[in-house]
Order: sequence, then structure tokens, then C-alpha cells
Amino acid sequence: MAFYLSFKEIWHSKGRYLLIAMIVALITTLVLFIAALSEGLGSGNREYLEKLNGELVVFQENVDLSIGASRIGRSKLNAIRRVEGVADAGQVANSSVSVVVAGRDPIDVSLFGVEPGRPGEPPAFEGRNLGRARANEVVIDERLVRLTGLAVGDTLTVRSIQGTNEEFYDLAIVGTTDGRAYFIQPGIFVPYLTFEKVKPQGENEQGGNGEYVSNIVAVKLVDPAQIDVMAEQLETLVGGIEAVDRKTAYEAAPGYSAQMSTLSTQRYFTFLIGVLVVGGFFQIQTLQKVAQVGMLKAIGASNRTVALSAIAQIVTLNALGVALGTAGSLALSLTFPPAVPITFTGDAVASAVIALMVIGPLGGLVSVFLLLRVEPLVALGLAQ
Amino acid sequence: MPEALRADAVTKVYGQGANAVTAVNQVSFSVMPGEFVALVGPSGSGKTTLLAMLAGLLSPTDGEILIGGEPLGEFSEAQRTRFRGRAIGFSFQSNNLVPYLTALENVELMLRLNGRLDRAGRVRSRELLERLGLAERMRAYPGQLSGGQQQRVAIARALIHQPSVVLADEPTASLDTERAYQVVETFAHLIHEQERAGVMVTHDLRMVKYVDRVIQMMDGHLSQIISDRAEIDALAAIQSGPLETSAGATQAQGGDNGNGDGT
Repeated sequence: MAFYLSFKEIWHSKGRYLLIAMIVALITTLVLFIAALSEGLGSGNREYLEKLNGELVVFQENVDLSIGASRIGRSKLNAIRRVEGVADAGQVANSSVSVVVAGRDPIDVSLFGVEPGRPGEPPAFEGRNLGRARANEVVIDERLVRLTGLAVGDTLTVRSIQGTNEEFYDLAIVGTTDGRAYFIQPGIFVPYLTFEKVKPQGENEQGGNGEYVSNIVAVKLVDPAQIDVMAEQLETLVGGIEAVDRKTAYEAAPGYSAQMSTLSTQRYFTFLIGVLVVGGFFQIQTLQKVAQVGMLKAIGASNRTVALSAIAQIVTLNALGVALGTAGSLALSLTFPPAVPITFTGDAVASAVIALMVIGPLGGLVSVFLLLRVEPLVALGLAQ
Repeated sequence: MPEALRADAVTKVYGQGANAVTAVNQVSFSVMPGEFVALVGPSGSGKTTLLAMLAGLLSPTDGEILIGGEPLGEFSEAQRTRFRGRAIGFSFQSNNLVPYLTALENVELMLRLNGRLDRAGRVRSRELLERLGLAERMRAYPGQLSGGQQQRVAIARALIHQPSVVLADEPTASLDTERAYQVVETFAHLIHEQERAGVMVTHDLRMVKYVDRVIQMMDGHLSQIISDRAEIDALAAIQSGPLETSAGATQAQGGDNGNGDGT
């Protein structure tokens, strides 16, 4: 009965109801794109650290977990390796360089110097892993493959600024890996001594105490469950370092938390707008129908029928809008160039869709209460 | 034969203390099956309030309403709603029909509300609309029907579920004279034929020529019951004379609704 009335009414005012479904669809699109942007930007910022094949990331002490500011020498690395419970450790140096591709603007990438075969080096999915520590080889992020069309066997030209000079290096692409971006730049991986040539660290250039210096150390533990204990142990035994898990490490990246909280604020406000828009629409609808609903109640329609009919309408329109919006967003996302940091993940889409399915009923609650309060007496013109 | 509808010393008081207004005062009467009664009186005489109480839409302050021997006061709110759907047929002055249902669907709605729209019910709905001259307009929405056609659909809806009591609130308010006569005549005919107890509230005395009894209200009191045929006809005739003015408002209102009502 309730469903009969609700669908007859929707069918009779198709245009009006389609309009509100379209609004829900647009809100859905907005929410999904914000979620995808947040996912895309977030993973572009943290991907390398998130997928690191080690449980702990070691920084220099008192640098606020900044990779750029952190310096860890070879002697500290050796001390870390000697700590009981450490399975392996690899040094990681990071800097920003440009990849020069004929016929287009240079692409900024995150250059990582890693130790072949040690934590910090990503596995090559295509081609092979890095070989010797001095080889002029590079493993590149699949994002760079998509951006430039470069493939295993090609030569990659890197432009690096050393002091005030531009230097160019040719590196042979020996492998590609999955998304390993850092700082919204695709990652490229070279052996650490090659890194030293491309982007010498100041300390190494001046000699310092003569040891090789990197930025951070990736540590793989014998027992990954002992992460907290081991972090403390490392800090005590080695000294002058700070060991944190991967999540703490990427959340400390400059601007990361601020960016994520801005995006989630936007998402919550979009939800709120959705609740208000759907609520407002149905409330106006309800106020227009007071006389009609009074008549229905007078001729014997129960409160249950009237309320259920309204809820069915709200849920139907909301679901229709969300479905249209989701399909539209996914279709639209296929047309985006790979440079746009938008990533639709199943989890993010599913949780956004579930939240969106709730906004309609939430917004419609007020109108359902209004409907319940309509008195059948209005049919005789005797009540408000 | 037991009475279909009975009002027993029904009183309705609005407000309290010094502000109390007695809208209906100690009204008693009953309507037998197959009897059509007009409830007349000037504005504010309490006839609509009385109708609301007869329909179970309003609880009397004092007294009792019985439909088919069942006292409405003993039902809960939800029970009363269900009872209304089953035992009472309604026709209202305005907002009579559900705008998003066709004429036929509006009639069938009463059967759906009572949970039994079967094949026989569909056939009866069609037949009733055909008898009311709406064979060609069954698939039309209320917005596409003239005032007279809408009122006839409402009559069909009021009768289709075979209620014991049929209540009509100003069924001719938006119709011109000719349509108004047609509508009330058809209504009276069906009420007599199907043996329903009919009560019509009207301020248009010309319409009483089709009823069996006139109950006149004045300041909340039942001032007069006219059962004599000759007296009723005389009452209707006074209002229908060439110099009558009191129905003028009705006519002016309904004048432009008469067009297109010629099916």
C-alpha cells in the first residue's frame, strides 16, 4: 500500500523527483571526487613509505621526522644492523630531480638512493632489481611509465642541480615497480653510490668524517610484532636517532596531515549539504501535501502507511541519485589524464557510498515527523 | 432494522473556562440504512464540527457516536483510522482526490486501503464509474477532470467499499446549479439503491429536494428536523426561486467549472 502510493507519486511527478535525484547525484560525484583526490594526494605523498619493506623507519634525532633534514651516517647504520632483533637495514637517500624527456616539459621525480638487496629497495615487477652499488641503473615507478611511455631497456636522462650547475646523467632502466611516489612525485630508484654522483649530499662532498651519509634507514625486524619494543631499543642502543613505524613517518611528512584534514573537512561538509538539501526538498514537498495527507488519513490511511510511503520515496530517490552519481564519477574518472592525482579505491568508494545512502533518510526524518503530525481533520478544513 | 448511525446527546466544547465555546450542544439523531439526510444551517452553526464527530475525526466532549452499533469513543486512534476506512465513505469539499492517482485508481484506493483489491473489486470500480458517466475518463488524473467529474469520482470512492455510512461535506460547493443537481441526484440514488446511511452537509438548500430528511442546526443546537416530503420540497423551492440570492455565491464560485463537464 505504502509502496504503491509512493511510486505512483514519484511517477506522476517524474520531473521534480528526477531533479532532486540529480542533485543527489552531483553531491555524490563531489563526495567521490574529494575522496579520490584525498586518496590520490595521500598515497602520492606516502606511497613509498607506506609500501616500504621494513617495519621501522629511522631518522636523525630532533629533525621532526623530516627526511630532507635527517642525516644518518654509515657508522650509525652499522650500529643499527648490530642490534639484536634487526633482520636487515638499508640506507635510503632522497632528493628531487627532473627527468628530461624529448618533446615535453621535464618531469619532477623523487630520486631514491637505495642499497640493492636491502630494505628500502622496491621489488621490480617488470625487468630486474638493481644490481651493483655503482651501476648506472634505475628502477622506475609505473606512474612514470604512464606519464612518459618509457620502458625497460630505455635510457632515462636525469637533470640534477649541483650547486648552481645543471648536470645531466643517463641511466639505464632495468625495471619498473608499482606506485612508489613520494611528495606527489613518482619515485625512481638508483643504487646509493650512483645517487651520490647524481645528487651529492653536502656532508659527503666536504668529506665530513669521511663516511657515507644518507637520509633515513629502513629497518626490517626479525619479529614484526615487536615494533614498539624494537623502536625503543634502537634509540637506546644506537643513540642520536629516532625510530618510528611507517605510518608515523608518512604522517609527519610536511603538509600531509593538514592536507588530509582539509579534505576530510570538505567531505563532511558536502555530506552536511546533502542532508540539508534532501531534507529541505522533502520538507517543502510535505508542507505542500498537508491537505492531501489529511484526506488520506481521513479515508483510512494509517500513520504507518503515510510514513512508510514517504520513507520509500526518500530512499528510492537517494539510491537513484547515488547510483547515477557513482556511475557518472567512475566514468568521468576514466577520462582524467594520469597526472591528476585521483585514485578511486574500492574501500573509499564503498564507504562514501554507504555514507551517502544515509544522507537522504537523515534529511527526510523531519518531513516524516511532519507527516505523522498531520491531522485527518484538515480534510474538513477544521484544523491546521 | 437497526440504525446505521446514531448521535447520542453529542456535545463539543472548544477551549476552557471563560474562553470555552460550545460548537455542538446536546445533539441527538439517527440515520437508517437507505436514508439520505441533509445537515443544514448557517456558517458557524456547528454542522461541520458535527460531521467531523460523526466521522470519528474529532472526539465529542460529551455524548456518544455509534456506527452500526459500535461506539467510536471506545476505539484507539489507530483502530478508529482502520474503522473509518472500512465503515465510512467520504466526499470532501476540496482536496477530494489523490492527485497522482487516476480516477479509477482513486476509487480502487478504498479497496486497497482495506486490503482487498481483487478482480471483482476492479470490475465493480469500473462499473460504478461507468454508471456515473465517467467511462471515458477513468484513466484521467484529477487535474484533468472538471469539478463535476471530480465530485462524481469522489462519490464512487465513497461507495465502492460498501460502507455503512457515507458522509459528504459540501459536495456541490464548486459546481454550477445544473451539475450540482446532477451530482446530488446521483448520490441520492446510489445511497437509496445500496442502502447506505447518507449524511450531506450543505448550505445550499436547493439540494435538499433529493434527501429524505433535513436536520437544521443553529448555534450548535439541533433546531429542527423536517421529515415531511412536502415541507422539504417547499424548503428547496424557496431557495430555487428566480429572486433567490443566497445560492449566488455558490454559483459564482462554480460557474467556470461547468465547462467540459459534458461527457
